[in-house]
Amino acid sequence: MTALTAAVRLPVTTSRRYLASASFILLGLIDIVLLGYFAHPGHATFNLSISGSGVQIPNVHAPAALVCYVVGAISIALGVMRAFVELERRARRLSIAGALLCFLIALLCWADAGNSTSLNLVALIQQSFAASIPLVLGALAGCMCERSGVINIAIEGQLLVGAFAAAAIASELSSLWLGLISGALAAGLLGLLLAVFAINFLVDQIILGVVLNVLALGLTGFLYDRLMVPNPNLNAGNSFNALKIPVLGDIPIIGPIFFDSTIFLYITYALIIVIQVGLFRTRWGLRVRAVGEHPTAADTVGIRVLWIRYRNVVLGAMVAGVGGAYLTVGSAGFFSKDISSGLGFIALAAMIFGRWTPLGSVAASLLFGFAGTLATVLSTLNVPIPSYFLLMAPYVATIIAVAGLVGRVRAPAADGKPYVKA
Amino acid sequence: MSDQPPAADGAPASASPGAGAGSGAPDATASTSSPADQASASDQGGQRGRLTGNVIIQAIIEGSPVVITLLAIFMALVINALLIVFSDPNVLHAWSQFFSAPGTALSATWTSISTAYSALFEGAIFSPATISAAFHGGSIAAIFYPLSLTAFEATPLILTGLSVAIAFRAGLFNIGAAGQFVGGAIVAAWLGFGVHLPVGIHIVVCVIGGFAGGAVLGWIVGELKARTGAHEVIVTIMLNYVMYNLLDYLLSTPKALQQPKQSNLVAPNIAANASFPHVGGPPPQANIGFLIALAAAVGVAWLLSRSTIGFQFRTVGANPRAARSAGISVERNWALVMLIAGGLAGLAAATVVAGGSPPPPLTTNTYGTYGFDGITVALLGRARPLGVVLAGLLFGALQAGGTVMQAATVPQVPVDIIEVIQALIVLFVAAPPLIRAVFRLRAARGGGMEAVAKGWNG
Repeated sequence: MTALTAAVRLPVTTSRRYLASASFILLGLIDIVLLGYFAHPGHATFNLSISGSGVQIPNVHAPAALVCYVVGAISIALGVMRAFVELERRARRLSIAGALLCFLIALLCWADAGNSTSLNLVALIQQSFAASIPLVLGALAGCMCERSGVINIAIEGQLLVGAFAAAAIASELSSLWLGLISGALAAGLLGLLLAVFAINFLVDQIILGVVLNVLALGLTGFLYDRLMVPNPNLNAGNSFNALKIPVLGDIPIIGPIFFDSTIFLYITYALIIVIQVGLFRTRWGLRVRAVGEHPTAADTVGIRVLWIRYRNVVLGAMVAGVGGAYLTVGSAGFFSKDISSGLGFIALAAMIFGRWTPLGSVAASLLFGFAGTLATVLSTLNVPIPSYFLLMAPYVATIIAVAGLVGRVRAPAADGKPYVKA
Repeated sequence: MSDQPPAADGAPASASPGAGAGSGAPDATASTSSPADQASASDQGGQRGRLTGNVIIQAIIEGSPVVITLLAIFMALVINALLIVFSDPNVLHAWSQFFSAPGTALSATWTSISTAYSALFEGAIFSPATISAAFHGGSIAAIFYPLSLTAFEATPLILTGLSVAIAFRAGLFNIGAAGQFVGGAIVAAWLGFGVHLPVGIHIVVCVIGGFAGGAVLGWIVGELKARTGAHEVIVTIMLNYVMYNLLDYLLSTPKALQQPKQSNLVAPNIAANASFPHVGGPPPQANIGFLIALAAAVGVAWLLSRSTIGFQFRTVGANPRAARSAGISVERNWALVMLIAGGLAGLAAATVVAGGSPPPPLTTNTYGTYGFDGITVALLGRARPLGVVLAGLLFGALQAGGTVMQAATVPQVPVDIIEVIQALIVLFVAAPPLIRAVFRLRAARGGGMEAVAKGWNG
């Protein structure tokens, strides 16, 4: 079957290069024509500081249409360059980021042009960071599992279970930290279930993921109605306060974005570094990747394939559990039915979009989180573009990515295939 | 994994090395492979002529698919009973005084379980009270009300189950029944209130529209897989959420599906001409949707076992390479089977949108969990049409009974527990060695190796 997909794989290099340049130019034209020409006359105003912070930066007034024309021209220039100049990988990625950034600037200018309310960019990015936390952690969980060769589409269920356990334990024992830890443990249990059925009973991992999601949804829904609704003190709604890092948090613009958030943002930083470095710079990571790509070879050199998979699935699920805990004790406080509402699947999309790498997943999660936040912000600005299409964007982007239209994504070779010692 | 011999027809996961390499006996293969593998293997033979007493005992000892399924259902009900008991404050209180009053603890436990499960049964099958009521001047139709409700609840589950099952047989995993359901619902609802047609024709148009709405989405998935190799699971998951958001958008746009003068996300009620007539008078809920579901099951059964297209589907599912060398276009079959699968999910949507008395308007809650329930139905039904109908009826019964159970129990047992039961049943069905270990069944011949799944790349 592998040969089969290889046979229908798209021819790469040249056609893809032209495709990329064509899409850059298209984006540029959208910037200029759709967003620039049709923008409301007037300036777009952007706030660059959070109200109440020490240092205030003056607002930026930008002539909306002009900015759109300029960034559109940059985007087109990038497209032309892509068509004629052979670029290195890093430069290619930078050019993609550049074109997207141009589009984003044009979109924001267009949205706020002539609007009396100004758009607070710092708050927007701060909110997107917060919205990305469960996505990043879910996607990292996916990386942990899938790099070792176990497909995890139960991220959604793991978030949900983590969220429930965190809210329940934090309320019952009135300790947010214990809530956070038990959220991770509860999701770890669901991960253990995934591991046992996938590794020991060799159940199809996609089926398993679907079933575990249904189980998590049913179980948390049942326990919510049965335990939390009659005893509101089991769902007290406490959540962590923002924790400003002393000096760094006071830096204008950067401070509020990176260093003034709940403990979850800092845990996320740590986990990103640990998992990225761990997977690519340590002996453990080498083994995990070997097990995920070629378990037979790994086994031959004495790596314990099943043990590594077990450990990775459970640890990965615990990472997702922290993301779930964020949903309750990190932000909303209260648990409600189906609180994750598809975030686990966006996390899955982010992991695939990020090509099964931690850093790629983080970038994709930030992008998706930003799209979601932008959707809500734009709807408050009364922009005539329906937020639902922005909410769709992550999913459409992922379909485009797996269809190989923008570079091909490839899963670890042994992902989803149980290992049975010959 | 691509060079294993084709073990069974239409298995979604490719053949298991254990079953293939172990004993070659068809019954051994059937009882040791994944649900879908078993589904297909038992279809073709090997199972039919064996119903002598000795063989039945053999089947029980070794855990044939049917026995495993029944034991899985039993185990799921037991675990749920524990869940109900341990979350019941009355029972926990009684147990805390176990040493002073052991009888109270036991009776409280029994009451808690029996109240829930008997309400479940009465809501799904029949309630003895209605029979005595019928003798004292009550309505006879009331006796059949629970069964009718079960059929009503089972209708969309059977159809989404068929959608997942037919894709399974061609080796594809359709997680997109949910999105295809939404696609069908959008078209069916729009035709339901947007056009004016005579009685019979309007229903037909709605049903066909629902099928078409789902079929387009399914076809996109199959075509993308055929042309670019994009994994259908990833594409269908993503399309589900694209469709949910599309539905939100359409329901919030007055020019599209939103009811006039409404700020909520709700579509207009569909025309009376388009709503499904009931089978046998108003009190029972069952409508012609159930008949459509049964007809679809017969159609799928015929298609899979009697037609050239079905043969090609199964061949592609069993071994795409062999199919290709036999001159079958694998890509064309992927696109076609996904089109049909999507259509079946869209049909499910039509029965929901136009069913009920009167049909509730389309909202963001309409799609519910039908799409994902379809997966569990197909797995429990082992991807065979008859199995899907039975599994759909079982889950429909649980759904119908679950609502009654929630109302009848104090403290109430939330209807969400039905999802737990469904998930557990499928989990256990998918892992026969677990069931064998719990019930001390002898390991089947052939080494007891389970099916191997295909990964993202396969």
